Amino acid sequence: MNAVGLFHQTTEPFGDDWQASATIDHLKIRARLLRDIRAFFEARGVLEVETPVLSQATTPDPHLHSMTTRYSGPGFPAGKDLFLQTSPESAMKRLLACGSGSIFQICKAFRNDEAGRLHNPEFTLLEWYRTGYNDRMLMDEVEELVSTMLGIKPGFRRLTYHEAFEQHTGINPHVAAVELMQRYAAQSSIAMADGILDRDGWLDLIMTHIIEPQLGKGQPTFIYDYPASKAALASVRDGCPAVAERFELYVEGIEMANGFHELRDPRQQGMRFKQDREKRRKMNLADIPPDMRLLAALESGLPPCAGVALGVDRLLMVLLKAGSVGEVMAFRVDRA
Amino acid sequence: MTTYSTNEFKSGLKVMIDGDPCSIVENEYVKPGKGQAFNRVKYRNLKTGRVIERTFKSGDALEGADVVDVNMQYLYNDGEFWHFMVPDTFEQYIAGAAIVDEAAKWLKGQETCIVTLWNDVPLVVSPPNFVVLEVTDTDPGLKGDTTSGGSKPATLETGAVVRVPLFVDRGDSIKVDTRTGEYASRAKG
Repeated sequence: MNAVGLFHQTTEPFGDDWQASATIDHLKIRARLLRDIRAFFEARGVLEVETPVLSQATTPDPHLHSMTTRYSGPGFPAGKDLFLQTSPESAMKRLLACGSGSIFQICKAFRNDEAGRLHNPEFTLLEWYRTGYNDRMLMDEVEELVSTMLGIKPGFRRLTYHEAFEQHTGINPHVAAVELMQRYAAQSSIAMADGILDRDGWLDLIMTHIIEPQLGKGQPTFIYDYPASKAALASVRDGCPAVAERFELYVEGIEMANGFHELRDPRQQGMRFKQDREKRRKMNLADIPPDMRLLAALESGLPPCAGVALGVDRLLMVLLKAGSVGEVMAFRVDRA
Repeated sequence: MTTYSTNEFKSGLKVMIDGDPCSIVENEYVKPGKGQAFNRVKYRNLKTGRVIERTFKSGDALEGADVVDVNMQYLYNDGEFWHFMVPDTFEQYIAGAAIVDEAAKWLKGQETCIVTLWNDVPLVVSPPNFVVLEVTDTDPGLKGDTTSGGSKPATLETGAVVRVPLFVDRGDSIKVDTRTGEYASRAKG
């Protein structure tokens, strides 16, 4: 039977969900943005790299949920579960430890449990590392890139995490007790279904519900010097209080990029993996063994560097004034 | 009873919140780059009709509410309770004034209503979108005046008062939109 005959057998009419979730015009601007980003780094002598999407290790961060797939074949006759990367951070740091020098990558990243106006389980990250940079220097470069790509003036606002909290809520995020934040949330008519959040959870609640929507309106805003408890893979600078050398960029209330002055101490890194595993255990999440190859790379020596991950779909969303990331990607997950 | 996680919350899902049956209106996923994910949920309390916003940790779960909408015919009022019947099964349900609420002023008998049942007990009664009722009292009509604007109050056979055009007279039957409580047109008969 020929193809036409097959189609004639179909009784169900086709829906329109085969069509792209972005317009072709949006996809043309997407292609141009990717080209412009590559040109930006080429002009600065930053090497483009590609690292595996499938990996034997993944992050133990209790708030990141990795997807897995299964490989069986030569090398793994009994089959092996592989993780889809939530970001290329580990592999890129291993390249840095191999002596790559400054590198960038535009790649797909995958996160389970994440879908909404600003999220799609599969999305495009621009991640780059600058050897010899600290977080402040990298913020300057992020500002150059984002202002160039969006065609806006540089001179972004810069607020410490502490200043952002003080300005918008009057709360000191480094010392405020859980009860205070709980009271503040209730007074701001954020009803929380159950009060069981840890201290970081309450900071996240106030940040996402009250502060974030106001950040970067009219002028992009960097938040930097995070509480040490939110260091993730950033180095912590001693002081009173000690702060994580981490920054985030917000544009029009949307979180756009997250950067670190990278942690280089393998023992510190091992400790954080252990703490994350402990949190996962308490939250009844699947155990994630530590990424031994990353630890070995740090042991062999990661050059001093700063790195940042930027959501390309969100950047495009702001550029096109789109209402959701789905409007700027060819097929969002419900049409994939 | 079934439970639903925040990932399953979507518009129209019926769940129990603080012991009351509620219907999800909107569910927005909010997550900082590193840290706790939340769902900002708007829901309607089906008992009070109020829309409320509440934040859940992603992955939290709620018990489903046994809430169904059933088409029923309004039979009669016995002075205290309103009686309804499911046409197919002849099964009858009884609802008090607090449940029938605003719907009462549009019902005279025979209308097909939507009765929302919670654990098989009426929770909300929604009248048909349009009802035809007779005008029992209004100022005398201006014969033939179907063009000039202006309106006047008219009392209907159920006791409801609606604003009608000046040409409507006592004894006329009119069609009313129960969602807005506004006059729609003159009815035949």
